[in-house]
Amino acid sequence: MTDTLDSGPVLAADGRPLKASLNRALRRQKMRSMMLIAPLLIFIMFTFVIPIGQMLFRSVENQIVSDVLPTTTQMLHDWDASTGERPSEDVFAALTKDMMVAVEKKEHTRLGSRLNYETTGISSLFRKTGRRVDDMGEVYTEQFTALDPTWENPVFWADLVALPDAAAALPQTLAAYASFSDTIISEDGDDPREEQPWNTVYLSLYQDLSAASAADLSALPAEVGVAQAAVGGFETQNLGDAFTKIDKDWSSVEVWETIHTYSPDFTNGYFLNSIDRQKTADGSEWRGEQQQIYLTLFVRTLIMSMTITISCILLGYPVAWLLANLPMRTANLLMILVLLPFWTSLLVRTSAWKVLLQQQGVINDIVVWLGLVADDNRLALINNATGTIIAMTHILLPFMILPLYSVMKTVPPTYVRAAKSLGATNWTAFWRVYFPQSVPGIGAGSILVFILSIGYYITPEIVGGTKGVFISNRIAYHISSSLNWGLAAALGSILLAVVMLLYWAYDRIVGIDNVKLGG
Amino acid sequence: MGTAVYNGEVPTPSLTGFTLPITAAMGAFFGLIAGQSTGLGGLLGIAAGAVVGAIVAYILVTMVSYKTGRWGAIVAIGLIGFFVGGNLGLVVGLIAGALLGWCAYWLHLGKYRRSLPPYATSGQVLWHNSFKFICGAIFFFLIAPIITIIPLSFNAENFFTFTPEMLALDPAGYSLQHYRDFFTNDDWLRPMKNSLIIAPFATIISVSLGTLAAIGLSQSHVPFRRAIMAILISPMIVPLIISATGMFFFYSQMGLWMENTFGISKSLSGYIKVILAHAALGIPFVIITVTATLVGFDNSLTRAAANMGATPTTTFFKVQMPLILPGVISGALFAFITSFDEVVVVLFVGAAAQKTLPWQMFTGLREQISPTILAVATILVIFSILLLATVEILRRRSERLRGMSPA
Repeated sequence: MTDTLDSGPVLAADGRPLKASLNRALRRQKMRSMMLIAPLLIFIMFTFVIPIGQMLFRSVENQIVSDVLPTTTQMLHDWDASTGERPSEDVFAALTKDMMVAVEKKEHTRLGSRLNYETTGISSLFRKTGRRVDDMGEVYTEQFTALDPTWENPVFWADLVALPDAAAALPQTLAAYASFSDTIISEDGDDPREEQPWNTVYLSLYQDLSAASAADLSALPAEVGVAQAAVGGFETQNLGDAFTKIDKDWSSVEVWETIHTYSPDFTNGYFLNSIDRQKTADGSEWRGEQQQIYLTLFVRTLIMSMTITISCILLGYPVAWLLANLPMRTANLLMILVLLPFWTSLLVRTSAWKVLLQQQGVINDIVVWLGLVADDNRLALINNATGTIIAMTHILLPFMILPLYSVMKTVPPTYVRAAKSLGATNWTAFWRVYFPQSVPGIGAGSILVFILSIGYYITPEIVGGTKGVFISNRIAYHISSSLNWGLAAALGSILLAVVMLLYWAYDRIVGIDNVKLGG
Repeated sequence: MGTAVYNGEVPTPSLTGFTLPITAAMGAFFGLIAGQSTGLGGLLGIAAGAVVGAIVAYILVTMVSYKTGRWGAIVAIGLIGFFVGGNLGLVVGLIAGALLGWCAYWLHLGKYRRSLPPYATSGQVLWHNSFKFICGAIFFFLIAPIITIIPLSFNAENFFTFTPEMLALDPAGYSLQHYRDFFTNDDWLRPMKNSLIIAPFATIISVSLGTLAAIGLSQSHVPFRRAIMAILISPMIVPLIISATGMFFFYSQMGLWMENTFGISKSLSGYIKVILAHAALGIPFVIITVTATLVGFDNSLTRAAANMGATPTTTFFKVQMPLILPGVISGALFAFITSFDEVVVVLFVGAAAQKTLPWQMFTGLREQISPTILAVATILVIFSILLLATVEILRRRSERLRGMSPA
């Protein structure tokens, strides 16, 4: 006892403590396995996980409104839609300036189509306004230049805004000039010293001068002081009316409410849309009966996936039982009949069903030939839910049979024999003894088939018509046709959440490492 | 089926009360088909079929030996079919003859209950045989759609069903024109070429990275093994439409970035995007198959190699690789078929220049459906038969190498 106490910790051959040596070896082993895994992990992160994350982000992201209309959204912040009044003149002035920049950058149409998803008609409203917005505030430009032609001179403008005292005295003018010069430099590559400023700059100047006192302007060129004395007598333009003249929708509270509601950088609007609700100023409300499509689609996707799963169980169970109980040689031969469809291209199987199920297809031809159905009353097997269920049951059946088979292989036949020898009938022996042992296989197969079918796109698209499509077809439609990517991302996120839940259940029941391929 | 197999004598069942009526019922079924198709009427067909069935059964079981009886029935009913319905009638007749002959002997010789214990009740015998029949029907459901398109692809017309000429087995009803179209039409050749470019590259990426990672994962003391596994398997679990949506956003930016940074052409960046996307989708299959192979791998082999002075690289290539090669190859085949068969992601990520074969089939099925699709489908079925055979051979080889019984 005393010997070991004296000698201290056990040492390895190189004189280090054994414990430290072992720890070091373990650490190195961990490092080595991580080094082997790392390349793939990084690859998957970049090619798969980040794209999915970005999609999730896109389903709440809504920066386009505040990017394109930065001042308008800011000014609109305190506007109250419940008064029923259109926003104040200041908001319209801000809208004029924002729109001017947006039109030059050609961003107003993008914003228009974005807001059009929420309120129909905004897209054309923005396009129409975009064509005429450069006339807004022209009345001020004319009056300033009539007062003194120097106001037309680009160089005078450039020098004016460069003055150190201008920032305090003419804040709005400076901001408008800055967006003018930035835009023409970046969009057209023009020199601001050679271009007369936009009408919006004169509009801002008018606003600044009306608000400023003479003392503030004392450090600026004399022209400014003269102009300030004159602005009191200027003819003014009601911008709200001017916009309303372009399109009466600018006086509609609904349009302004939409812009107001979607001002923040992040929105739950896409998610609300994907469960058929509509975002309003204070919360959300159900859409009209006519517009409710997504909940119906989600419910249909779930019901049809369940139907497909149940048909797969009904068809897969007997076959799996037969395969598990036949002699090995016969079972392997019959297994080919299961594995061949499994290995055959999805498109091939879908084409086969399209060919078989058509009105003039093989199945209809046979039943007509046998006289079971009249020629003018052929069965409608395709472009509806029936077509989708038949084709998808066929396509997913191997995914049910293979896990069922591998579970049934492990059920000892002696149990059923013991039950029978104890007096159980065939049915009791099966139902009370065999079936409970095959339940894990049913669970594994069902979750697998359900997960696969819930996100199917190709087969419903081809044989489903309009009544047999899934939520995934709607996602594809929003990606490629309606271009409402935010909504597509939100629908995808909901679907992903459902699948993840099922995946978690699968992992708990079967364990993800136990997935087997090809029997 | 049943576990207690009784191979002794089975009492011959009653001829008039059992064998004759059942065979007659089967004959009636074929009679119905014949009656309907020749226009004689269903009822007449049923009656005639039943009579023929009963006569055949009686002659077979009472007068002739098994072998002569089977062939005799085939020839006789085939001839009846030929006189009633020409070439097609001959084929149906031959099949009907084979089945009727088989049915008569199957019943008369008691083969139908051979695999059941002698004490099984008639209800159990009936259920046993109905069950077999149901399973047969399900196998038929599994395989029939794939088999049906093969003859249809030789259709001389642009139809998707059997023409009267095809049914009459008239050579004029068959042609290779759809295959000719596939091998000459640029609309099909270019996608074929694209598929053959994209799939191998995607496979190489997924196999090389996937094998390394699977080896890393199979070692002891891997931190966060479950989480890593879940991430690596996720491309297989996440529905393709969601993967495609996510990739659609990300890869379009990545493509622009590649074009601007490296100055590569739009078409090349398109190929790179699709290859990377497909590689990500194929990785779970490689991981699963290679991990499964590594489960039985004896780690003392690598230690022995190291002991004898081999470097880790030498050990990997000379000891570990040959043993796990079957798993790697079947993982590669899975990755290949995943890419080769993939539509949704390429539809979203790729441009028209990267149109692959499944994409072209998808467009064909949705828009201008042409029978060339069936020719392509037939070629792909043959291709998948070859793949299936390869995977099956590799699996057995792997199990033999690892000292497991071939299952």
